[in-house]
Amino acid sequence: MIEITDQLVDNLAELSRLEFDATQKSVIKSDLQKIIQFMEKLNELDTEGVEPLLHISTRTNVLREDEVKGSITREEGLKNAPATDGQFFEVPKVIQK
Amino acid sequence: MFSFSSIEEYLRDLLHGRTTCKEAVQYFLDNISSAQHLNAFLEVYGAEALQRAAELDQQRQENPNSIGKLHGVVIGLKDVIIYKNHKLSAASKVLEGYEAVYNATAVERLLAEGAIVIGRQNCDEFAMGSSNENSAFGKVLNAKDNTRVPGGSSGGSAVAVQAGLCMVSLGSDTGGSVRQPADFCGIVGLKPSYGRVSRYGLIAYASSFDQIGIFGHNVADAALVLEVVAGEDEFDSTVSNEPVGSYVSNIKSNSDKKYKIACFRQALEHPILDAEIKTSIFNTIEKLKSEGHEIEMVDFDYLDYIVPTYYILTTAEASSNLSRFDGVRYGHRTKEKNVDLSAFYKKSRSEGFGIEVQKRIMLGSFVLSAGYFDAYFTKAQKVRQLLKKATKEIFSQYDLLIMPTVTAPAFRFGEKSEDPIEMYLSDIYTVFANLVGIPAISLPLYQHSNGMPFGLQVLAPMFKEDEMLQFSDKVMEIKAL
Repeated sequence: MIEITDQLVDNLAELSRLEFDATQKSVIKSDLQKIIQFMEKLNELDTEGVEPLLHISTRTNVLREDEVKGSITREEGLKNAPATDGQFFEVPKVIQK
Repeated sequence: MFSFSSIEEYLRDLLHGRTTCKEAVQYFLDNISSAQHLNAFLEVYGAEALQRAAELDQQRQENPNSIGKLHGVVIGLKDVIIYKNHKLSAASKVLEGYEAVYNATAVERLLAEGAIVIGRQNCDEFAMGSSNENSAFGKVLNAKDNTRVPGGSSGGSAVAVQAGLCMVSLGSDTGGSVRQPADFCGIVGLKPSYGRVSRYGLIAYASSFDQIGIFGHNVADAALVLEVVAGEDEFDSTVSNEPVGSYVSNIKSNSDKKYKIACFRQALEHPILDAEIKTSIFNTIEKLKSEGHEIEMVDFDYLDYIVPTYYILTTAEASSNLSRFDGVRYGHRTKEKNVDLSAFYKKSRSEGFGIEVQKRIMLGSFVLSAGYFDAYFTKAQKVRQLLKKATKEIFSQYDLLIMPTVTAPAFRFGEKSEDPIEMYLSDIYTVFANLVGIPAISLPLYQHSNGMPFGLQVLAPMFKEDEMLQFSDKVMEIKAL
């Protein structure tokens, strides 16, 4: 059974783009430990040679004509953005000096 | 004095001039304002609903022969289904202030048939939860007993129908989020087959599980709404091209049909199941047998594996779906200045999401991360394949499957919030349908000695909603006798 360490929690937080204070982190850590242990029950099942089920939809290759339609306007697209210059979304500076 | 029992009767009353859409809307608005303590609605579109009702009344007077299938039907929407120019938050702080710029396909179809949307309904944040205790805007109370949970995640939508605050509600069901609260509130809750209803405009939790579902007071109302919202959609290529049945008009067809029904032995003998629920379902089985239906106990050895499989796959999909909340295009953005891009994402997301949502994102990152992917994610996909095969096998011999909807009736607030496993395990009977994509419905048949209602779950093969609804209607009639 896998042991959930502080390092693993930090790594998962990094991958998830989340951060936790010490109290939250200990709750997350103990819950992850319980839940992942619970998930390991699947190891009891023999799945040798079973194809993983990748799609639940009954349809494949749903094609349509390549027409421009169904989009929203730029104004609508920017309507809910926290920061824009009227044309583009704004983010913090990515490349620091 | 207005009262509501079924959409069919309401439409008849409208056409005979015995009531008006306006009177109906006013009735529900009055009920909503006297039931505010239930916290079922996050927002009520009062003035707008009254105005639309007046327009519909006018239209009907001018042209009584061409009214829509849902003319004047007062509907509530779970706060994960978008309605153009109205707010939407998924009961999360991360989407505070967000205003929809298009309509969900389901909403578009409801409106085209004359429905009136009365408001958006409280739920667990991002539809993650089984008790509605995870909303950023406070818990929803069960109208039958205010100390008990309404179920989740579509708790507000269930309570709104239970307490007479609207005629029907749309919710979403990823692992039972329509059927379980319907069971806890004593109403009908329908989850269609995967791909029966377009997910366009439904906030994604786990895309290969999510379906829009329906709450109603009776089977026919749910069938009617399903008939309107179901069917192909150019905006969602996972929607099936199977023809949509005339679910309502066919509901009384095949009334002489004797069904061959399976029941999982392991489900009814599970130690987690409440003894009264078990007895009630056995009584129903006897009653159905005496009506000439054939019901057999079948072995299903996978029962204890379905909840872990469900949580591996849904958290994986959630961690991917929720990556779009980055504080850039919409949603909460941290106020902190002078942070680099990575810290900016982390702060925006951690300030915005509640703890259950963050926990599930973390779990999803875990099962998808290098080194664990095959052991958890691929393993669960393989088990899902086994489940699908086993289901196909069962339905090659039986028309339908019956099960409890829940392990026990509505629990009290806080009762299960300490132990995540206990909370997750309470989904054991509902997640099965989502894992294999089949339709299922919870029927409000019973009352527990603790005063709370509970239901029977009926499941059918993919796209056999018609048979499921016909049988369900019959079961509800047997109950009435």
